Amino acid sequence: MKKGNVFFKIGFVVLMIGLLMIAPACSKKAKVDTSDQYPQAQGPSEEELARRAQMEREQEALRLKQAALQQFENEDVYFNFDDSTLTPEAIEVLNQKAAWLRENSDATVTVEGHCDERGTNEYNIALGERRAQSIVSFLVNAGISSSQLKAVSYGEEKPAVMGNDESAWAKNRRGHFVVN
Amino acid sequence: MQNKKFNILVVIWFALAASVFLMPQYCQAEYDYVKISDPFLNKIPVAIPEFVGQTNNSTEADVGVKVSDLTGETLAFTGYFKMIDRGAFLEDLRTKGITASQITFANWTAIGTELLITGGITIEGDLLMVEFRLFDTYKGELIFGKRYKGRLDDQRLIVHRFCSEMMYRLTGKRGLFESNIAFVSTTTGSKEVFISEFDGYGAKQVTQSKSLTLFPAWSPDGSAIAYTSYKKGQPDIYIKRLNDQSEKRISFSGINITPVWVPGSSLMAATLSFEGDQEIYLLTEGGKIDKRLTKSWNIDVHPSFSPDGKKMAFVSKRFGNPQVFVQDLDSGSVRRLTYEGKYNTQPNWSPAGDRIAFSGMEGGRSDIFAINVDGGGLTRLTYGAGSNESASWSPDGSMIAFCSNRLGKSRIFVMTASGTDQRVLLELPGEQTSPAWSLAVNNN
Repeated sequence: MKKGNVFFKIGFVVLMIGLLMIAPACSKKAKVDTSDQYPQAQGPSEEELARRAQMEREQEALRLKQAALQQFENEDVYFNFDDSTLTPEAIEVLNQKAAWLRENSDATVTVEGHCDERGTNEYNIALGERRAQSIVSFLVNAGISSSQLKAVSYGEEKPAVMGNDESAWAKNRRGHFVVN
Repeated sequence: MQNKKFNILVVIWFALAASVFLMPQYCQAEYDYVKISDPFLNKIPVAIPEFVGQTNNSTEADVGVKVSDLTGETLAFTGYFKMIDRGAFLEDLRTKGITASQITFANWTAIGTELLITGGITIEGDLLMVEFRLFDTYKGELIFGKRYKGRLDDQRLIVHRFCSEMMYRLTGKRGLFESNIAFVSTTTGSKEVFISEFDGYGAKQVTQSKSLTLFPAWSPDGSAIAYTSYKKGQPDIYIKRLNDQSEKRISFSGINITPVWVPGSSLMAATLSFEGDQEIYLLTEGGKIDKRLTKSWNIDVHPSFSPDGKKMAFVSKRFGNPQVFVQDLDSGSVRRLTYEGKYNTQPNWSPAGDRIAFSGMEGGRSDIFAINVDGGGLTRLTYGAGSNESASWSPDGSMIAFCSNRLGKSRIFVMTASGTDQRVLLELPGEQTSPAWSLAVNNN
């Protein structure tokens, strides 16, 4: 794209020279380009470099923002069996969630509460809701506006991983974040 | 539809009229043949010879075989009877006749028969008449006889009417053969509510929510099903009328789950969390809050009511782990029902009122238990075969439906109230969970 721009510029300048030769008294615009030295063998202009750097900075920022969003959505908060209280590890993760929510104060987020497959659906929907509620109250206490947060429980209906051993169960007893 | 209704009326009318002719000496129900509360169930041996054509119509013999076979299958479904192989029979009623005076009862007791069912078939055009007689072979007596008339394709209906009457004579309870079972199935890819007849026959999908749909419950008259669905993002309660498919939504903020009707009233109960905490509420038919029933800072969920509607069993985490409690609705007093184990949920109150079934979990697997309402008589009904959940009593209290993954995929199973005769009710694509047995309804 940038290369194309350069060639375009060169072509444009050549055309201008031609026009100048044909109609010397013609236009004010011609002035703009007559002073140029057409450094054909040299790299892009400083202006162009600045523009590229700016773009790279923007892309990097976007990439970081995307990474932060991905981490926000992918990193779950885990719970003990039949328990909706926040563990120290959960609180550590939730502090990062709070930081993200502060930086993205226009984002609204659904906090999903999930359970492992053990036990029964009805009770697990109640338990999953208490997990989501624990997370929401922690975040609100950390200064996040409750209007940014919505809790929903899926009980044992949407496991993150399949399997019926403790390692699978541990991954399924979770609070999950979805940015709306 | 109109024809069908007419047929039912004909069947009932003939049954009533015929009973006058066929069984004058037995007006009292006999209750001591089948004890559904007996944990050491001995199946009653029943002989059902092929039903006999009563005219020269040649199709009567074929229909006689079909109707007598269906009668045997229907009775065997209960788990309380075993059918004696016809190869063992010593006399042929097609030549001897089907009435008491024509039967040599010693020929039947000799092969162990305790109950003998004879049948006569009359077909005129599209009309079918079946006369049933139930004999006590040891007493050599007619217990009852009835004649049913309908169309040729009403065979299931006719057999169910007879079996229903027979169970009533033998147990004092009715309803099993007029009931339906609702359940959740993933046949279409998402969880939807389905219903079938009591024996798994005629399964059909009743919700099209294309999202998670859970916890079906029947209205007492069987005309509506309440359930929970996520089709608008959060778990809301829907009440669907089966005749016109109309739906009403009950949606408070938070969860809206485990709807049930309260027996003997127009109220429903459900678990809601709009006040922040998961509690059980009474709701009016219009979906308004009538009253909050539970008060604890922790989870209260899953109400199930005594048949008189005066007491509620429910699950509470108030003492740290989920246990079943019983609350008296008038006084509000609450007592803990389950003490064994650390995880007892899904209470389901029997229609007889004396027992409560529930799911007890240990080591990640659930089993079905039943316990007396006073906390005694704890009985384990499933053992070491997959995870077994969601017990639901048949309307006569003789059977329990539940779901189990013992064969891999989760299926609906049935068993007797004492835990015998556990078998798959029906197989559909996908997995089936959450059975809910209706009260008796005339769904034919």
